[in-house]
Amino acid sequence: MTMAKSPILAGLAALVALCLIGEALVLSGQVSPLVLARPSQVVLAIVELIREEGLTQAFLATFALTLAAGATATAIGIPAGFLLYRFRSFGRAYESWLAALFASPLVLLYPLFLVILGRSYWTIFVMGTITGAIPIILNTRIGLVSVPRPLVNVGVSFNCSGTQQFFKVLFPAAVPDIFTGIRLGLIYALVNIIGIEFLINFGGLGRVVSEMYDRFEIPGMYAGIVFIVLVSASVFAVLARLERRIRPV
Amino acid sequence: MTAVERSAAVAAPARAARQSVERRVLVIRIVTIALLAGCWEALARSGLLYQGVVPSFVLIVPALIDLLTAPMLYRHLWVTTGEVLSGLAIATALAVPLGILFGARRFLGRVVSPYVNALATTPKIVFLPIVMLLVGIGPESKIALGALSAFFPVVLSTAAGVQHVSLVHLNVGRSFNLTIWQMVRKIYLPSLVQPILTGLRLGLGVAIIGVLLGEIKLSNAGLGFLANDYYNLYRIPHLYAVLILIFALAVAANALMGLVAKKLGSQAPDAPR
Repeated sequence: MTMAKSPILAGLAALVALCLIGEALVLSGQVSPLVLARPSQVVLAIVELIREEGLTQAFLATFALTLAAGATATAIGIPAGFLLYRFRSFGRAYESWLAALFASPLVLLYPLFLVILGRSYWTIFVMGTITGAIPIILNTRIGLVSVPRPLVNVGVSFNCSGTQQFFKVLFPAAVPDIFTGIRLGLIYALVNIIGIEFLINFGGLGRVVSEMYDRFEIPGMYAGIVFIVLVSASVFAVLARLERRIRPV
Repeated sequence: MTAVERSAAVAAPARAARQSVERRVLVIRIVTIALLAGCWEALARSGLLYQGVVPSFVLIVPALIDLLTAPMLYRHLWVTTGEVLSGLAIATALAVPLGILFGARRFLGRVVSPYVNALATTPKIVFLPIVMLLVGIGPESKIALGALSAFFPVVLSTAAGVQHVSLVHLNVGRSFNLTIWQMVRKIYLPSLVQPILTGLRLGLGVAIIGVLLGEIKLSNAGLGFLANDYYNLYRIPHLYAVLILIFALAVAANALMGLVAKKLGSQAPDAPR
């Protein structure tokens, strides 16, 4: 396939060209190496981060925190969404509050948890869980509310009990929306966890970037940032693919 | 019974039912707020947590009043507001033209979309070190971080909106031999009011986060600086007061953008009526 036909090849070519331009600008002295790290050095710095700075462990720490926060957010979010669906008045009372929270800068609450829980994994975990739970609650409720009436009536005409109605009709019909919520929840948890790690200089990947900046190791700092971009892009891509599989459109 | 009387007879119970639901929702909200406040106060007085980390309302309310009456608050507030609005303006000026370009040129759109999506999901705060190397540690770095945060929702929303511009309108423009600039002004922009406003609303939210986090990490002015300062001085009631203020302002800004979007969106030529 020629480059003019394949957007992926063209994109990679543009990326390589940009890296070469960056390399040339620094080598020729047009841009200070204290501002822009040479792309070749950034690649080497990733290897060095893995060997000497425990990038792998940092990645695992961030990944484990995200999974734990995502799982807790799901365990809280789906029942909460169901309750808001089951008790409609409560759903109507809280939905706009949750939407406002979803749009508000929740991450700024971290100093409060820092005061209560200290500079620890707990602070990061709690913040990841809170930011992840809200989209899951909202999407679970929306999914259940928008189950088509005929499906519900089929359950009723088969004389389903409440539990049967939920597990055989409502929940399966709402799964695509609930998964959208979980996907958003995981992405929010990951973004906030890395952000807080950077801000409090503790934990996994975010801490690595913060440390490299504090030591003024410019290539290492760029390498950490590039690694974070790669991690969040991969998580995003995997979740998007899973969602396409679950939601047949 | 005439038709009018009949519809009135049907409408009255429906209205009554709606009113009773509204009343129940209101009661639930008031009870919830009272319960949350009660639990908070109980936790503050229980001695379960370290002293002072969950301050009683008796301490938070005076701190809030103290904060709101201090002239220095308004200086910090203007710094943050200026940084957020400048960031949002820069992001919009770059993201709208690029969004139209990426949306209108399908191949280019497919070339850049993996990179734009990858960067859009990355936490922007980790770019702060690069931003500080490029523009220094002053307010410029917070403006740049706000612009970087707001750029992605605006560009994605604009590009997605371009895909939905009516083909008929595009063909009309082409058959009139409009120049690119005329196409943008007369065909694209009028159809893109709603997607751009949606992008701006999301962009404002993330620009606020970007600016405040940047201020918390390293700055000497702004609401984020103030929060960090109170945290370092362990003036916890004042920390809560600043955070309450920030949340109130952020929620109000979001609601205001929602109203503007509704108002302008309903005047747009393509708006559903």
